[in-house]
Amino acid sequence: MKKGSEPIFHIVKRDVAPWYKSWGVRAIAIIAALLVCGIITTLTTGLNPIKVYATFAQGAFGSARKVWITMQNMSVLLIISLALTPAFKMRFWNIGGEGQVLAGALATAACMICLGDKVPNALLIVIMTVSALAAGALWGFIPAFFKAKWNTNETLSTLMMNYIATQIVAFFTIVWEVPKGSFTVGIINSSSNAGWLPQLFGQKYLLPIVVAAVVTASMFVYLKYSKHGYEIAVVGESEKTAKYVGMKTEKIIIRTMILSGALCGLAGWILVGGINHTITTTINSGQGFTAVMVSWLAKFNPITMIFTSFLIIFLERGAGEISTSFGLNQSFSDILTGIILFFIIGCEFFITYKIVPRKKKTK
Amino acid sequence: MSDTAVRLENITKTFGEVRANYKVNLAIKKGEILALLGENGSGKTTLMNMLSGIYYPDEGKIFIDEKEVNISSPKVAYELGIGMVHQHFKLVDVLTACENIILGLEGKLNKKEASAKIKEICDKYGFDIDPDQKVYDMSVSQKQTVEIVKVLYRGAQILILDEPTAVLTPQESDKLFNVMRNMKADGKALVIITHKMHEVEMISDRVAVLRKGEYVGDMLTKDTNAAEMTNMMVGRSVSLNIRRPDPVDPKPRIEVSGLTVRSIDGILKLDNVSFTARSGEILGIAGISGCGQKELLEAIAGLQPAEKGSIAYIKDDESKEELLGNDPRRIEELGVALSFVPEDRLGMGLVGNMDLSDNMMLRSFRNGKSVFTDRATPHKLAGDVVDELEVVTPSIETPVRRLSGGNVQKILVGREIAHAPTVLLTAYAVRGLDVNSSYTIYDLINKQKEKGVAVIFVGEDLDVLLEISDRILVLCSGKVSGIVDARTTDKNTVGLMMTKVMSEENNNSEK
Repeated sequence: MKKGSEPIFHIVKRDVAPWYKSWGVRAIAIIAALLVCGIITTLTTGLNPIKVYATFAQGAFGSARKVWITMQNMSVLLIISLALTPAFKMRFWNIGGEGQVLAGALATAACMICLGDKVPNALLIVIMTVSALAAGALWGFIPAFFKAKWNTNETLSTLMMNYIATQIVAFFTIVWEVPKGSFTVGIINSSSNAGWLPQLFGQKYLLPIVVAAVVTASMFVYLKYSKHGYEIAVVGESEKTAKYVGMKTEKIIIRTMILSGALCGLAGWILVGGINHTITTTINSGQGFTAVMVSWLAKFNPITMIFTSFLIIFLERGAGEISTSFGLNQSFSDILTGIILFFIIGCEFFITYKIVPRKKKTK
Repeated sequence: MSDTAVRLENITKTFGEVRANYKVNLAIKKGEILALLGENGSGKTTLMNMLSGIYYPDEGKIFIDEKEVNISSPKVAYELGIGMVHQHFKLVDVLTACENIILGLEGKLNKKEASAKIKEICDKYGFDIDPDQKVYDMSVSQKQTVEIVKVLYRGAQILILDEPTAVLTPQESDKLFNVMRNMKADGKALVIITHKMHEVEMISDRVAVLRKGEYVGDMLTKDTNAAEMTNMMVGRSVSLNIRRPDPVDPKPRIEVSGLTVRSIDGILKLDNVSFTARSGEILGIAGISGCGQKELLEAIAGLQPAEKGSIAYIKDDESKEELLGNDPRRIEELGVALSFVPEDRLGMGLVGNMDLSDNMMLRSFRNGKSVFTDRATPHKLAGDVVDELEVVTPSIETPVRRLSGGNVQKILVGREIAHAPTVLLTAYAVRGLDVNSSYTIYDLINKQKEKGVAVIFVGEDLDVLLEISDRILVLCSGKVSGIVDARTTDKNTVGLMMTKVMSEENNNSEK
């Protein structure tokens, strides 16, 4: 008679892992990732990995200015991640953050260019803010409307809205280019500084940080304690249950996506009005997509998102630093970031499941 | 050769913290029908899944024909002659019966040969299937037949049937039992898992009882009775009678007339349905599953648009309120206290990933003008429901999906009756629940009835429907085939009405 072989191990879903266990797994994953990165670095470049790590850390914390920039970048990423979070909690896969940020950025730039010298600065900033929020909201509303009315796939439509936004920005870059033929908009209102967002306490990096802190706290409260937040959670878990208790799911989907898009627009407002004072198609450098990961890694918890957005920015800046200071090209830092992210995301499996080796049968 | 087909020795299986089976010893004999009994969560299906290769035991040995075997996959199980018919069919809808049966087998594909062999099997045991019929055209009982033929085709000597009668009418069940007797006469070993005691008494030779994952004992069916078996399952003595208080002052409450509903695909689900549900009365709804019960309840609850007809709610002052065309929220605003315990508990009535108190909040979160939710009231309600209905849960903060079926249902029913309804709709309120929980639910429903609530009770077990209802409305393919007095009718009459619509004249057994 044919005998099947005995399995060597089986995979068991854990009950909720206590916090020290789940963070332990994550710590092990980061150490393992650094080890693998070290080995790869030594094998391919012959550099001393310890030195490489030291340089890596310097990328984010090397000087006071670097710390400020790290915080600023982190704040922008955090705002975008928070913006996507209510949509994700509703299981509406908004991967159109990129386009929604660009829409907000474009609206801000348009106000600065067209109204720069015509209205008082305070009024200009108010108009910029409103238009950035509205433009982002519109970019979120369109896919939500189609989803709510005809159940179109939001992953596709939000993604496609990104391309539309990029092309519109590209068009206006040519319309507004300074000087002619440069294919860039250049610094907007560089002499009058009209529409430049104010520096808080004379510190030019502080504004995005303050905005991010306010958005984080509000989002946390909104999702956890408000009636809207509860509706979002129920719609996300089960649309049937939502209908069963009389929630208007179409309205909730549209309302939530308007919020999500508007907050993305706010990130665009900071990027143009507060940080770069110009607009390009790559002003957001793919953070609309990175934010998806930040939000997921934090399991949609706004507070945890502070840490995950920090982690991603830390990796980004560290990897950038080693590629410049060791004369390696950008691809090498991408390899390292890739390895680290692979470990961090992969370790979530071991937090949810455990592998149990099979006990030998007693004969 | 011994007459023992399978012997399980000290089988243990755990899922995380849960011990599904613990040191189970069980023998299955050739030419015998063994009924495997146990409450929900007692580990019956897990045990049989280990036999059919879906799970692998943590500890213990399995012997087939007294030889130790390792059943590491369903394929190995087939090779050893073990076949299982699952509660949920595993068929490909767009393929024919024959294609489904030979699906996954190795060797050359020869449908003609296969059809001939299928025919042979059918003749031998008394099945009736057309090998070329597509599965999507089949009734539930035909699909089940295909599943059984599939395992026989693969040469199964040991057959496991997991709650096969749950989806069948009494007449279809009788047919299945005849086939089972034929297989038994052919020397096959059969295991049937069922919750229905009268079926155990009718079909099985021997019963084996599991309780909380452990083997309690076995006995010959002819030497025992339903009460003794139930006591063994539960571990103490329970009463098996369902109370049926007489309705007090019944008044028309819900008046459905000419209700016609089509599904999104245009299929006629309800065809000109009319009836009246009265206060203080339980109106049972009988019918083969999928005959429009779901659509009927959802239409009343404001979840299902209708093509034509009306559903009127009659208030105490005899004024009428039309429910059709309103959503649940609007119905609530009209001052109609309607409670609905849907069939899909975790997918519709509750949110599995939310904790007890958040689930209580589903009905109350809109209360108050504040933009923030009131969390204290639902939290208190959750605590009260847990205390009053004896819900077993680690805490109020536990996600409901982690509770057992009976406890999930107690939470749902507890919430639905908490806001003092005047109409209570329940769909398969005790499906998948063990004896104890079922009786708790019956009792809760009866108490609502005594409070003057109009209860509409959709059920699948005719014995229960006949015991608990005052009147029974029988649905057949979306049509009302009659309304009968549950106190005077019998199972056969209702069973026949479930399969064919009677003419208008001779179904007026209702007063």
